[in-house]
Amino acid sequence: MAYSEKVIDHFTQPRNVGTLDKSSKNVGTGLVGAPECGDVMRLQIQVNEETGMIEDAKFKTFGCGSAIASSSLATEWLKGKSIDEALSIDNMDIVEELALPPVKIHCSVLAEDAIKAAIKDYQVKNGILEATLSEAHA
Amino acid sequence: MEVDEKEIIFTSGATESNNLALKGVFEMYSRKGNHIITVKTEHKAVLDTCDKIEKMGGEVTYLDVQPDGLIDLAELEAAIKPNTILVSVMWANNETGVIQRMAEIGRICEKHGILFFSDATQAVGKIPTHPRKLGVHLMSFTSHKMYGPKGVGALYVSRKSPRVKVTAQMDGGGHERGMRSGTLNVPGIVGFGKAAEIAKHQMFEDAARLSKLRDRLQQAFIDNLEEVYVNGNQEHRMPHVTNISFKHVEGEGLMMTFNQEIAVSSGSACTSASLEPSYVLVALGLGDDLAHSSIRFSLGRFTTEEDIDYTIEQISKGVNHMRHLSPIWEMYKEGVDLSNVEWSAH
Repeated sequence: MAYSEKVIDHFTQPRNVGTLDKSSKNVGTGLVGAPECGDVMRLQIQVNEETGMIEDAKFKTFGCGSAIASSSLATEWLKGKSIDEALSIDNMDIVEELALPPVKIHCSVLAEDAIKAAIKDYQVKNGILEATLSEAHA
Repeated sequence: MEVDEKEIIFTSGATESNNLALKGVFEMYSRKGNHIITVKTEHKAVLDTCDKIEKMGGEVTYLDVQPDGLIDLAELEAAIKPNTILVSVMWANNETGVIQRMAEIGRICEKHGILFFSDATQAVGKIPTHPRKLGVHLMSFTSHKMYGPKGVGALYVSRKSPRVKVTAQMDGGGHERGMRSGTLNVPGIVGFGKAAEIAKHQMFEDAARLSKLRDRLQQAFIDNLEEVYVNGNQEHRMPHVTNISFKHVEGEGLMMTFNQEIAVSSGSACTSASLEPSYVLVALGLGDDLAHSSIRFSLGRFTTEEDIDYTIEQISKGVNHMRHLSPIWEMYKEGVDLSNVEWSAH
Protein backbone atom coordinates (compact mmCIF):
# COMPACT_ATOMS: atom_id res chain seq x y z
CA MET A 1 0.00 0.00 0.00
CA ALA A 2 1.28 3.42 -0.89
CA TYR A 3 1.02 5.91 1.94
CA SER A 4 0.87 9.62 1.34
CA GLU A 5 3.83 11.74 2.40
CA LYS A 6 1.76 13.30 5.16
CA VAL A 7 0.87 9.90 6.60
CA ILE A 8 4.53 8.88 6.56
CA ASP A 9 5.51 12.17 8.19
CA HIS A 10 3.00 11.79 11.03
CA PHE A 11 3.86 8.13 11.42
CA THR A 12 7.62 8.56 11.64
CA GLN A 13 7.47 11.78 13.66
CA PRO A 14 4.19 11.63 15.50
CA ARG A 15 3.13 14.86 17.20
CA ASN A 16 1.94 15.05 20.79
CA VAL A 17 2.54 11.46 21.82
CA GLY A 18 1.97 11.02 25.50
CA THR A 19 -0.30 10.90 28.45
CA LEU A 20 -2.14 13.58 30.41
CA ASP A 21 -3.35 13.02 33.96
CA LYS A 22 -6.74 11.51 33.32
CA SER A 23 -7.88 12.12 36.90
CA SER A 24 -7.43 15.87 36.46
CA LYS A 25 -10.74 17.76 36.18
CA ASN A 26 -9.74 19.75 33.12
CA VAL A 27 -8.54 16.70 31.18
CA GLY A 28 -10.90 14.73 28.96
CA THR A 29 -9.91 11.21 27.83
CA GLY A 30 -11.35 9.27 24.90
CA LEU A 31 -10.47 5.61 24.40
CA VAL A 32 -11.98 4.07 21.28
CA GLY A 33 -11.51 0.90 19.24
CA ALA A 34 -10.55 -2.59 20.41
CA PRO A 35 -7.35 -4.66 20.28
CA GLU A 36 -9.29 -7.45 18.52
CA CYS A 37 -10.09 -5.06 15.70
CA GLY A 38 -6.48 -3.99 15.34
CA ASP A 39 -7.08 -0.35 16.30
CA VAL A 40 -7.13 1.38 19.68
CA MET A 41 -6.88 5.17 20.01
CA ARG A 42 -6.53 7.13 23.21
CA LEU A 43 -6.89 10.86 22.77
CA GLN A 44 -6.73 13.38 25.60
CA ILE A 45 -7.49 17.09 25.76
CA GLN A 46 -6.60 19.59 28.44
CA VAL A 47 -8.96 22.57 28.62
CA ASN A 48 -7.99 25.96 30.01
CA GLU A 49 -10.66 26.67 32.60
CA GLU A 50 -10.55 30.42 32.12
CA THR A 51 -10.59 30.64 28.35
CA GLY A 52 -12.42 27.35 27.61
CA MET A 53 -9.83 26.65 24.95
CA ILE A 54 -8.03 23.34 24.43
CA GLU A 55 -4.50 24.14 25.53
CA ASP A 56 -2.97 20.68 25.15
CA ALA A 57 -3.74 17.42 23.43
CA LYS A 58 -1.97 14.06 23.59
CA PHE A 59 -2.51 10.67 21.98
CA LYS A 60 -1.38 7.10 21.92
CA THR A 61 -2.56 4.71 19.22
CA PHE A 62 -2.27 0.99 18.56
CA GLY A 63 -2.89 0.51 14.87
CA CYS A 64 -1.69 0.86 11.34
CA GLY A 65 0.17 3.89 9.95
CA SER A 66 -3.03 5.64 8.91
CA ALA A 67 -4.55 5.24 12.36
CA ILE A 68 -1.46 6.71 13.98
CA ALA A 69 -1.31 9.58 11.48
CA SER A 70 -5.04 10.33 11.93
CA SER A 71 -4.73 10.65 15.68
CA SER A 72 -1.47 12.60 15.49
CA LEU A 73 -3.11 15.07 13.11
CA ALA A 74 -6.17 15.31 15.35
CA THR A 75 -4.05 16.42 18.32
CA GLU A 76 -2.43 19.11 16.18
CA TRP A 77 -5.81 20.42 15.11
CA LEU A 78 -7.30 20.33 18.59
CA LYS A 79 -4.74 22.59 20.20
CA GLY A 80 -5.98 26.17 20.41
CA LYS A 81 -9.56 25.28 19.53
CA SER A 82 -12.68 25.80 21.63
CA ILE A 83 -14.83 22.79 22.47
CA ASP A 84 -17.40 23.82 19.88
CA GLU A 85 -14.75 24.19 17.20
CA ALA A 86 -13.30 20.81 18.16
CA LEU A 87 -16.71 19.19 17.84
CA SER A 88 -16.95 20.40 14.28
CA ILE A 89 -13.90 18.42 13.14
CA ASP A 90 -15.22 15.93 10.62
CA ASN A 91 -13.55 12.66 9.72
CA MET A 92 -13.61 13.64 6.05
CA ASP A 93 -11.36 16.62 6.86
CA ILE A 94 -8.79 14.09 8.09
CA VAL A 95 -9.28 11.88 5.02
CA GLU A 96 -8.65 14.88 2.80
CA GLU A 97 -5.65 16.22 4.68
CA LEU A 98 -3.89 12.84 4.82
CA ALA A 99 -5.13 11.60 1.41
CA LEU A 100 -6.35 8.37 3.00
CA PRO A 101 -7.47 5.64 0.58
CA PRO A 102 -11.02 4.21 0.94
CA VAL A 103 -9.85 1.18 2.97
CA LYS A 104 -8.38 3.53 5.56
CA ILE A 105 -11.39 5.79 6.06
CA HIS A 106 -12.25 3.87 9.22
CA CYS A 107 -9.04 5.28 10.77
CA SER A 108 -10.39 8.81 10.36
CA VAL A 109 -13.78 7.79 11.74
CA LEU A 110 -12.01 6.38 14.77
CA ALA A 111 -10.09 9.65 15.22
CA GLU A 112 -13.34 11.64 15.10
CA ASP A 113 -14.88 9.23 17.61
CA ALA A 114 -11.85 9.70 19.87
CA ILE A 115 -12.19 13.50 19.74
CA LYS A 116 -15.90 13.26 20.59
CA ALA A 117 -15.24 10.75 23.37
CA ALA A 118 -12.54 12.96 24.93
CA ILE A 119 -14.84 15.99 24.84
CA LYS A 120 -17.70 13.99 26.33
CA ASP A 121 -15.47 12.81 29.15
CA TYR A 122 -14.45 16.40 29.85
CA GLN A 123 -18.05 17.60 29.75
CA VAL A 124 -19.36 14.85 32.01
CA LYS A 125 -16.57 15.52 34.49
CA ASN A 126 -17.45 19.19 34.59
CA GLY A 127 -21.22 18.78 34.76
CA ILE A 128 -21.85 20.26 31.35
CA LEU A 129 -25.10 18.97 29.82
CA GLU A 130 -24.64 15.73 27.96
CA ALA A 131 -27.34 16.83 25.55
CA THR A 132 -24.86 19.18 23.88
CA LEU A 133 -22.86 16.20 22.76
CA SER A 134 -25.78 14.10 21.58
CA GLU A 135 -26.80 16.95 19.34
CA ALA A 136 -23.31 17.24 17.98
CA HIS A 137 -23.32 13.51 17.28
CA ALA A 138 -26.59 13.70 15.38
CA MET B 1 10.96 -36.53 -5.28
CA GLU B 2 11.82 -39.91 -6.72
CA VAL B 3 8.82 -40.15 -9.01
CA ASP B 4 8.30 -41.23 -12.60
CA GLU B 5 8.21 -38.45 -15.18
CA LYS B 6 4.82 -39.73 -16.36
CA GLU B 7 3.50 -38.90 -12.90
CA ILE B 8 4.03 -35.16 -13.36
CA ILE B 9 1.33 -32.98 -14.92
CA PHE B 10 2.40 -29.45 -15.72
CA THR B 11 -0.02 -26.66 -14.90
CA SER B 12 0.00 -22.87 -14.65
CA GLY B 13 0.84 -22.97 -10.94
CA ALA B 14 -0.08 -24.49 -7.60
CA THR B 15 -3.52 -22.88 -7.58
CA GLU B 16 -4.43 -24.75 -10.75
CA SER B 17 -2.80 -27.93 -9.41
CA ASN B 18 -4.88 -27.71 -6.23
CA ASN B 19 -8.05 -27.16 -8.23
CA LEU B 20 -7.24 -30.08 -10.53
CA ALA B 21 -6.42 -32.44 -7.67
CA LEU B 22 -9.48 -31.66 -5.56
CA LYS B 23 -12.14 -31.21 -8.22
CA GLY B 24 -10.56 -33.88 -10.42
CA VAL B 25 -10.68 -36.52 -7.66
CA PHE B 26 -14.14 -35.41 -6.58
CA GLU B 27 -15.49 -35.94 -10.10
CA MET B 28 -13.49 -39.07 -10.96
CA TYR B 29 -14.39 -40.92 -7.74
CA SER B 30 -17.98 -39.71 -7.41
CA ARG B 31 -19.28 -43.27 -7.51
CA LYS B 32 -17.15 -44.18 -4.51
CA GLY B 33 -18.18 -41.23 -2.37
CA ASN B 34 -18.37 -37.46 -2.07
CA HIS B 35 -16.65 -36.69 1.23
CA ILE B 36 -13.33 -34.82 1.50
CA ILE B 37 -11.40 -34.12 4.70
CA THR B 38 -9.17 -31.07 4.85
CA VAL B 39 -7.81 -28.62 7.45
CA LYS B 40 -8.75 -25.09 8.49
CA THR B 41 -5.21 -23.79 7.98
CA GLU B 42 -4.96 -24.80 4.32
CA HIS B 43 -4.16 -22.23 1.66
CA LYS B 44 -7.11 -20.38 0.12
CA ALA B 45 -6.54 -22.24 -3.15
CA VAL B 46 -7.58 -25.40 -1.29
CA LEU B 47 -10.24 -23.90 0.99
CA ASP B 48 -12.01 -21.99 -1.76
CA THR B 49 -11.90 -25.03 -4.04
CA CYS B 50 -13.45 -27.14 -1.26
CA ASP B 51 -16.10 -24.49 -0.86
CA LYS B 52 -16.90 -24.85 -4.56
CA ILE B 53 -16.99 -28.64 -4.20
CA GLU B 54 -19.58 -28.27 -1.44
CA LYS B 55 -21.68 -26.22 -3.84
CA MET B 56 -21.25 -29.01 -6.40
CA GLY B 57 -22.81 -31.47 -3.95
CA GLY B 58 -19.71 -32.59 -2.08
CA GLU B 59 -19.31 -32.88 1.65
CA VAL B 60 -16.21 -31.39 3.27
CA THR B 61 -14.89 -31.73 6.83
CA TYR B 62 -12.51 -28.99 7.96
CA LEU B 63 -10.28 -30.28 10.76
CA ASP B 64 -9.14 -28.00 13.55
CA VAL B 65 -5.46 -27.76 14.38
CA GLN B 66 -3.83 -27.97 17.79
CA PRO B 67 -2.24 -24.83 19.29
CA ASP B 68 1.05 -25.81 17.64
CA GLY B 69 -0.56 -25.98 14.19
CA LEU B 70 -0.42 -29.78 13.82
CA ILE B 71 -3.58 -31.76 13.22
CA ASP B 72 -4.73 -34.34 15.75
CA LEU B 73 -4.28 -37.69 14.02
CA ALA B 74 -7.01 -39.34 16.07
CA GLU B 75 -9.39 -36.60 15.03
CA LEU B 76 -8.47 -37.19 11.40
CA GLU B 77 -9.13 -40.90 11.67
CA ALA B 78 -12.43 -40.28 13.45
CA ALA B 79 -13.55 -38.00 10.63
CA ILE B 80 -13.22 -40.77 8.02
CA LYS B 81 -16.59 -42.11 6.87
CA PRO B 82 -17.67 -44.76 4.34
CA ASN B 83 -18.13 -42.04 1.70
CA THR B 84 -14.73 -40.39 2.28
CA ILE B 85 -12.68 -40.36 -0.93
CA LEU B 86 -9.87 -37.91 -0.20
CA VAL B 87 -7.78 -36.40 2.59
CA SER B 88 -6.16 -33.08 1.72
CA VAL B 89 -3.45 -31.83 4.09
CA MET B 90 -0.80 -29.30 3.14
CA TRP B 91 2.80 -30.39 3.62
CA ALA B 92 4.01 -27.14 5.22
CA ASN B 93 2.00 -24.09 6.12
CA ASN B 94 2.72 -20.85 4.28
CA GLU B 95 2.24 -18.60 7.31
CA THR B 96 3.80 -20.58 10.14
CA GLY B 97 6.05 -23.04 8.30
CA VAL B 98 4.62 -25.91 10.39
CA ILE B 99 5.17 -29.30 8.74
CA GLN B 100 2.39 -31.84 9.19
CA ARG B 101 3.15 -35.46 10.09
CA MET B 102 2.90 -36.67 6.52
CA ALA B 103 3.98 -40.29 7.05
CA GLU B 104 1.43 -40.87 9.81
CA ILE B 105 -1.35 -39.26 7.79
CA GLY B 106 -0.31 -41.40 4.80
CA ARG B 107 -0.56 -44.54 6.91
CA ILE B 108 -4.05 -43.63 8.12
CA CYS B 109 -5.20 -43.03 4.54
CA GLU B 110 -3.70 -46.30 3.37
CA LYS B 111 -5.38 -48.20 6.20
CA HIS B 112 -8.76 -46.87 5.13
CA GLY B 113 -8.13 -47.04 1.40
CA ILE B 114 -8.51 -43.30 0.89
CA LEU B 115 -6.53 -41.08 -1.47
CA PHE B 116 -4.11 -38.59 0.10
CA PHE B 117 -3.47 -35.24 -1.57
CA SER B 118 -1.01 -32.64 -0.33
CA ASP B 119 -0.47 -29.04 -1.31
CA ALA B 120 3.33 -29.09 -0.98
CA THR B 121 3.92 -25.66 -2.51
CA GLN B 122 5.93 -24.45 0.47
CA ALA B 123 7.92 -27.65 0.92
CA VAL B 124 9.12 -28.90 -2.48
CA GLY B 125 12.65 -27.74 -3.19
CA LYS B 126 13.25 -26.77 0.45
CA ILE B 127 12.92 -30.06 2.32
CA PRO B 128 12.83 -33.65 1.03
CA THR B 129 9.38 -34.50 -0.29
CA HIS B 130 9.03 -38.12 -1.37
CA PRO B 131 5.34 -38.66 -2.03
CA ARG B 132 5.57 -42.37 -2.71
CA LYS B 133 7.54 -43.08 0.47
CA LEU B 134 5.03 -41.19 2.61
CA GLY B 135 1.86 -42.50 0.99
CA VAL B 136 0.97 -39.25 -0.78
CA HIS B 137 -0.96 -39.94 -4.00
CA LEU B 138 -1.31 -36.43 -5.36
CA MET B 139 0.96 -33.46 -4.66
CA SER B 140 0.92 -29.84 -5.83
CA PHE B 141 3.98 -27.67 -6.17
CA THR B 142 5.16 -24.66 -8.09
CA SER B 143 8.20 -23.24 -9.79
CA HIS B 144 8.54 -19.77 -8.30
CA LYS B 145 8.72 -21.07 -4.72
CA MET B 146 12.03 -22.68 -5.69
CA TYR B 147 13.39 -19.62 -7.50
CA GLY B 148 12.05 -20.69 -10.91
CA PRO B 149 9.88 -18.58 -13.22
CA LYS B 150 6.34 -17.63 -12.24
CA GLY B 151 3.37 -19.08 -14.09
CA VAL B 152 4.30 -22.75 -14.07
CA GLY B 153 3.48 -25.44 -11.56
CA ALA B 154 2.86 -29.16 -11.40
CA LEU B 155 0.72 -31.87 -9.94
CA TYR B 156 2.15 -35.26 -9.08
CA VAL B 157 -0.38 -38.02 -9.70
CA SER B 158 0.58 -41.54 -8.64
CA ARG B 159 0.53 -44.04 -11.53
CA LYS B 160 0.98 -47.27 -9.64
CA SER B 161 -0.30 -48.79 -6.40
CA PRO B 162 -2.63 -47.07 -6.61
CA ARG B 163 -3.06 -45.75 -10.14
CA VAL B 164 -4.84 -42.45 -9.58
CA LYS B 165 -6.85 -40.57 -12.16
CA VAL B 166 -8.31 -37.11 -12.06
CA THR B 167 -11.03 -35.68 -14.26
CA ALA B 168 -9.62 -32.91 -16.43
CA GLN B 169 -10.72 -29.42 -15.48
CA MET B 170 -9.39 -28.03 -18.75
CA ASP B 171 -10.89 -29.75 -21.76
CA GLY B 172 -9.30 -29.86 -25.18
CA GLY B 173 -6.59 -31.80 -26.94
CA GLY B 174 -6.04 -34.27 -24.13
CA HIS B 175 -2.49 -33.25 -23.23
CA GLU B 176 -0.80 -34.51 -20.08
CA ARG B 177 -2.36 -37.97 -20.41
CA GLY B 178 -5.83 -36.49 -20.72
CA MET B 179 -5.67 -34.77 -17.36
CA ARG B 180 -4.78 -31.24 -18.46
CA SER B 181 -5.32 -30.04 -21.99
CA GLY B 182 -3.49 -27.09 -23.46
CA THR B 183 -0.14 -26.56 -25.13
CA LEU B 184 2.57 -26.70 -22.55
CA ASN B 185 4.51 -23.66 -21.39
CA VAL B 186 7.88 -25.00 -22.53
CA PRO B 187 10.13 -22.06 -21.55
CA GLY B 188 8.49 -22.01 -18.11
CA ILE B 189 8.91 -25.76 -17.71
CA VAL B 190 12.60 -25.59 -18.70
CA GLY B 191 13.15 -22.87 -16.09
CA PHE B 192 11.20 -24.90 -13.55
CA GLY B 193 13.36 -27.95 -14.30
CA LYS B 194 16.58 -25.99 -13.89
CA ALA B 195 15.35 -24.48 -10.62
CA ALA B 196 14.47 -27.96 -9.36
CA GLU B 197 17.90 -29.27 -10.32
CA ILE B 198 19.62 -26.46 -8.40
CA ALA B 199 17.28 -26.95 -5.44
CA LYS B 200 18.10 -30.63 -5.30
CA HIS B 201 21.82 -29.85 -4.96
CA GLN B 202 21.47 -26.91 -2.62
CA MET B 203 18.59 -27.96 -0.45
CA PHE B 204 20.46 -29.38 2.52
CA GLU B 205 23.10 -26.67 2.54
CA ASP B 206 20.41 -23.95 2.33
CA ALA B 207 18.34 -25.55 5.05
CA ALA B 208 21.26 -25.84 7.46
CA ARG B 209 22.39 -22.26 6.89
CA LEU B 210 18.93 -20.70 6.93
CA SER B 211 17.67 -22.50 10.01
CA LYS B 212 20.70 -21.20 11.89
CA LEU B 213 20.02 -17.63 10.73
CA ARG B 214 16.30 -18.02 11.42
CA ASP B 215 16.99 -19.21 14.95
CA ARG B 216 19.36 -16.33 15.54
CA LEU B 217 16.73 -13.84 14.36
CA GLN B 218 14.07 -15.39 16.54
CA GLN B 219 16.29 -15.61 19.62
CA ALA B 220 17.41 -12.00 19.24
CA PHE B 221 13.80 -10.80 19.42
CA ILE B 222 13.13 -12.98 22.44
CA ASP B 223 16.28 -11.62 24.15
CA ASN B 224 15.90 -7.95 23.16
CA LEU B 225 12.18 -7.42 23.53
CA GLU B 226 9.44 -8.26 25.99
CA GLU B 227 6.25 -10.17 25.17
CA VAL B 228 7.43 -11.95 22.03
CA TYR B 229 5.64 -15.13 21.02
CA VAL B 230 6.66 -17.65 18.37
CA ASN B 231 3.61 -19.11 16.65
CA GLY B 232 3.36 -22.78 15.72
CA ASN B 233 5.41 -25.89 16.37
CA GLN B 234 9.11 -25.05 16.35
CA GLU B 235 10.34 -28.59 15.84
CA HIS B 236 8.18 -29.62 12.89
CA ARG B 237 8.84 -26.46 10.96
CA MET B 238 10.35 -25.31 7.68
CA PRO B 239 13.98 -24.25 8.14
CA HIS B 240 13.52 -20.77 6.73
CA VAL B 241 10.31 -19.52 8.36
CA THR B 242 9.32 -18.08 11.70
CA ASN B 243 6.06 -16.41 12.65
CA ILE B 244 6.28 -14.06 15.61
CA SER B 245 3.75 -11.99 17.54
CA PHE B 246 4.98 -8.79 19.16
CA LYS B 247 2.26 -8.22 21.71
CA HIS B 248 0.47 -4.85 21.71
CA VAL B 249 2.08 -3.85 18.43
CA GLU B 250 -0.11 -3.78 15.33
CA GLY B 251 1.57 -5.74 12.54
CA GLU B 252 0.80 -3.49 9.62
CA GLY B 253 1.94 -0.40 11.52
CA LEU B 254 5.13 -2.20 12.49
CA MET B 255 5.80 -3.04 8.85
CA MET B 256 5.67 0.64 8.03
CA THR B 257 8.52 1.38 10.45
CA PHE B 258 11.10 -0.35 8.33
CA ASN B 259 10.07 1.48 5.24
CA GLN B 260 9.88 -1.32 2.70
CA GLU B 261 13.54 -2.17 3.14
CA ILE B 262 12.64 -5.49 4.70
CA ALA B 263 9.91 -7.56 3.06
CA VAL B 264 7.86 -9.50 5.58
CA SER B 265 4.18 -10.24 5.84
CA SER B 266 1.75 -9.30 8.51
CA GLY B 267 -0.91 -11.59 9.92
CA SER B 268 -3.13 -8.60 10.15
CA ALA B 269 -5.01 -8.11 6.91
CA CYS B 270 -5.78 -4.54 7.82
CA THR B 271 -4.83 -3.61 4.27
CA SER B 272 -8.08 -5.12 3.11
CA ALA B 273 -11.38 -3.59 4.04
CA SER B 274 -12.24 -6.63 6.12
CA LEU B 275 -9.98 -5.96 9.12
CA GLU B 276 -9.76 -9.71 9.56
CA PRO B 277 -6.71 -11.14 11.27
CA SER B 278 -5.00 -14.22 9.80
CA TYR B 279 -7.38 -17.19 9.77
CA VAL B 280 -4.38 -19.50 10.13
CA LEU B 281 -3.27 -17.93 13.41
CA VAL B 282 -6.85 -17.77 14.67
CA ALA B 283 -7.10 -21.52 13.94
CA LEU B 284 -4.03 -22.02 16.14
CA GLY B 285 -6.06 -20.46 18.94
CA LEU B 286 -4.39 -17.04 18.99
CA GLY B 287 -6.67 -14.24 20.12
CA ASP B 288 -7.44 -11.67 17.47
CA ASP B 289 -5.17 -9.20 19.29
CA LEU B 290 -2.09 -11.45 19.02
CA ALA B 291 -3.00 -12.37 15.44
CA HIS B 292 -3.04 -8.66 14.56
CA SER B 293 0.43 -8.40 16.13
CA SER B 294 2.12 -11.09 14.08
CA ILE B 295 4.82 -10.95 11.45
CA ARG B 296 6.00 -13.80 9.24
CA PHE B 297 9.72 -13.81 8.51
CA SER B 298 10.78 -15.86 5.54
CA LEU B 299 14.47 -16.28 4.69
CA GLY B 300 15.77 -17.26 1.29
CA ARG B 301 18.81 -18.59 -0.49
CA PHE B 302 20.15 -15.07 -0.86
CA THR B 303 19.63 -13.93 2.72
CA THR B 304 22.93 -13.07 4.39
CA GLU B 305 24.09 -12.75 7.97
CA GLU B 306 24.24 -8.97 7.48
CA ASP B 307 20.61 -9.00 6.36
CA ILE B 308 19.66 -10.78 9.57
CA ASP B 309 21.61 -8.34 11.76
CA TYR B 310 19.99 -5.42 9.96
CA THR B 311 16.54 -6.98 10.39
CA ILE B 312 17.07 -7.57 14.10
CA GLU B 313 18.12 -3.95 14.56
CA GLN B 314 15.35 -2.41 12.45
CA ILE B 315 12.52 -4.54 13.76
CA SER B 316 13.57 -4.11 17.39
CA LYS B 317 13.61 -0.37 16.82
CA GLY B 318 10.23 -0.56 15.11
CA VAL B 319 8.66 -2.57 17.92
CA ASN B 320 9.92 -0.07 20.47
CA HIS B 321 8.59 2.83 18.41
CA MET B 322 5.18 1.19 18.12
CA ARG B 323 5.04 0.33 21.81
CA HIS B 324 5.97 3.87 22.74
CA LEU B 325 2.90 4.89 20.73
CA SER B 326 0.63 2.10 21.95
CA PRO B 327 -1.97 2.88 24.62
CA ILE B 328 -2.49 -0.80 25.30
CA TRP B 329 1.22 -1.34 25.88
CA GLU B 330 1.09 1.52 28.42
CA MET B 331 -1.94 -0.04 30.10
CA TYR B 332 -0.24 -3.43 30.14
CA LYS B 333 2.86 -1.91 31.78
CA GLU B 334 0.65 -0.24 34.39
CA GLY B 335 -0.82 -3.62 35.23
CA VAL B 336 -4.27 -2.98 33.75
CA ASP B 337 -6.09 -6.21 32.93
CA LEU B 338 -6.94 -5.57 29.30
CA SER B 339 -9.66 -8.22 29.30
CA ASN B 340 -11.59 -6.09 31.81
CA VAL B 341 -11.47 -2.93 29.72
CA GLU B 342 -14.71 -2.03 27.98
CA TRP B 343 -13.65 -1.69 24.37
CA SER B 344 -15.84 -0.10 21.79
CA ALA B 345 -15.81 -2.56 18.93
CA HIS B 346 -16.12 -0.95 15.55
